[in-house]
Amino acid sequence: MEKINGKSIFNGIAIGKILFYSKDAGQVKRVKITDPRAEMERYNKAKEKAVEELNAIYARAVKEVGELNARVFEVHAMMLEDDTFHDSIQNIIETQHVNAEYAVATTGDNLSAMFAEMEDEYFRARAIDVKDIAERVISILLGKSRSNDIGNEPVIIVAEDLAPSETVQMDKEKLLAFVTRLGSANSHTAILARTMNLPALVGVDIREEWNGKTAVVDGSAGELIIEPDEATLAEMRERQEEIARNRELLENLKGKEDITRSGKKIKLYANIGGTGDVANVIKNDGAGIGLFRSEFLYLESGDYPSENDQFQAYRTVAENMAGKKVIIRTLDIGADKQVDYFRLEKEENPAMGYRAIRICLDRTDIFKTQLRALYRASAYGSIGIMFPMIISVEEVRQIKTIVEEVKKELDEQQIQYGSVELGIMIETPAAVMISDLLAEEVDFFSIGTNDLTQYTLAIDRQNSRLDHIYDAHHEAVLRMIRMVVENGHKHNIWVGICGELGADLSLTREFIRMGIDELSVSPGAILPIRKIIRETE
Amino acid sequence: MKEFKYTIKDEVGLHARPAGLLVKEAKKYSSKITICANGKCSEATKLMAVMAMGIKQGQEVTVTIEGEDEAVAEQELKEFFMSSL
Repeated sequence: MEKINGKSIFNGIAIGKILFYSKDAGQVKRVKITDPRAEMERYNKAKEKAVEELNAIYARAVKEVGELNARVFEVHAMMLEDDTFHDSIQNIIETQHVNAEYAVATTGDNLSAMFAEMEDEYFRARAIDVKDIAERVISILLGKSRSNDIGNEPVIIVAEDLAPSETVQMDKEKLLAFVTRLGSANSHTAILARTMNLPALVGVDIREEWNGKTAVVDGSAGELIIEPDEATLAEMRERQEEIARNRELLENLKGKEDITRSGKKIKLYANIGGTGDVANVIKNDGAGIGLFRSEFLYLESGDYPSENDQFQAYRTVAENMAGKKVIIRTLDIGADKQVDYFRLEKEENPAMGYRAIRICLDRTDIFKTQLRALYRASAYGSIGIMFPMIISVEEVRQIKTIVEEVKKELDEQQIQYGSVELGIMIETPAAVMISDLLAEEVDFFSIGTNDLTQYTLAIDRQNSRLDHIYDAHHEAVLRMIRMVVENGHKHNIWVGICGELGADLSLTREFIRMGIDELSVSPGAILPIRKIIRETE
Repeated sequence: MKEFKYTIKDEVGLHARPAGLLVKEAKKYSSKITICANGKCSEATKLMAVMAMGIKQGQEVTVTIEGEDEAVAEQELKEFFMSSL
C-alpha cells in the first residue's frame, strides 16, 4: 500500500483499477510544399471538420454536464475560427511554404505559450485549450482519429493532463475518477469533474507503472492510495456508501419544503457556533438558524468583546441568511465553558452554579452590551434572541426590563433596530413545570435537551461510569417535552428543540406527533431530517 | 469615430466565454472595433488577441468604433457591455 498526495478538485471516493492514459502525441514533421493555396485549402477543410466535431461534442456535453459547462466547446470552436489563429497559420504556410500540420502545431505552441505566461491563473489555464484545438486539427490533417477508448471496465484515469474534450468524450459509465500531474482547480476539466461528481486529484506525481493496479482516490483527504490493504478498502467502501446516500438526499431534498404529508410545516433550522458556519447552513438548505451560540465571541477573545465587534458578527450572519430567521442565544458560559477574563470562582458543582443568565442578570453591563449589539443587528435581518438557563418568571421579567432599557437608549440615540422575537431556553425541570406561566411572557420556547436530560435524570454526562443508566430517550424527558409543547400552544407560542435530541432521527416522528414546531440541528443533519418530515403523516 | 469607456464587472474578467460573446457581437458590424486596456489594444473580432490582454474585473476598457455603421454599433455594443460584461 502506498499513499500519494495531490490537490483535491472534488470530494468523493473512487475505488477501482488504474488506467494510465497517454496521448499519442505523434511528432509533426516540417515538410516543404509547393502550392500554398492548396495547403490552405487542406487546412480550411480540416478546420471545418474540427468545428463540426466540436459542435457535436458541445451538443453531447450540454446533455451531460449542462449548458454552462459545455460552453467551453463552443469557445473552442470560436478559437478555431478566430482570426488570430487563422492569420497565423496562413502566414506560416504562405511565407515558409510548409505543410499545414506544421503551421497548426507552431501556431498552437505559440499561442499556448502566450497564455501559459500570463499572470492570471485563469488565463494560464487556457493554454491547454489552445493546444487541444491545435491537436484536433492536426489529427484530422493526419487522418487519425483521436481515440478516447478507455476499455470496458470502470477505471480511474491517470494522465499527465487532460483536455476538456478528452474528458467529455470518455464514456461516463466507465469513469471513476481523474488523477493528473498538471491542471489546476480552475481548469475546465476540473469544473467538469465537479459537475459530473467525479473525484479528481491534480498535482500528483504520477507513474506509468501504476497501470492496472487497484487504487483508491480519496478526494476529501486529497490522497491516492495504490494497492490499498483490506482494512483500508473496507473503510473506503463504507465512506463511499455514506457519501452516496448523502448526495442522494442532497439532490432530492434541496429546495423542498419541510412539510409533513398532512401539511404541517416544521421550521427546520440549524445550530451554529460562529459566523464561519453560515456557509454550511446555506449549503444544506437550512430554513434559518435556530441556535447561534454567542459564546464563541467571548471564548475567542482575550477580553470582553466590544459592542461593535459583536454587532458586526451578528449583522454578518443576519445579512448572509438574507431575511431568514436567525435566533441568537445570549452568553452561556460557566460550567464546562470557562473564560479567563470573567474571573469566575471555582465551584463544587459548576453545572448548577454561577452560569449563563445568572451571570448576565448579575453583571448587567456585559448583558446590556450584548443586547445592544443584537438589537442593532436586527435592522439587517430577521433576528430572534433567546435566553439560557431560565428557572423563573421573575428572571424573564428582569430580562424584559433590561431589554426595554436598551431599546429606549437606542431610540434616544436614534439608532435603528428591527422587530425581535424574544424566547427562552427550556432546559431546567423548573422551567418545564412552569412552562404555562413562562409562555405568557415570551414569543417562543426552545428546548435544550442536553441540560434538561442531565438535570432531570441527575446524571452527569461527563461521568462515563454512569453511561449505562443514561437513557437519552427516557420517558421522563419525553413527557417533559410533550408538556412544554402543550403549554406553549395553549398560549399560542411556537415550541422547538435545539438540543442533540432534535437531531435524533428515531424521534423525529414522535416530536412531530407531539406538535413540535421547530427543530434546530447541526447543518449536516438538516436534509436527513427533512426526509423524515416529508415521509411523516 | 465613436468611443466609450466601460468598467468590467464580470468576476473573472474578460475570459474565454465573455470574450467569445464580445467577438460574436463585434462581428455583426462592418465598422472596425478596437478594445484598449492597460495601454494595449486589440481588434474586438480577434478572440485570442482579446483574451491575451488579460482584462480583469474592475479594469476600465476603451472601445473605439470606426466605420459606416458606427452609430448603431456604438449603441448596441454599449448595451451588450452593460448586460454581459
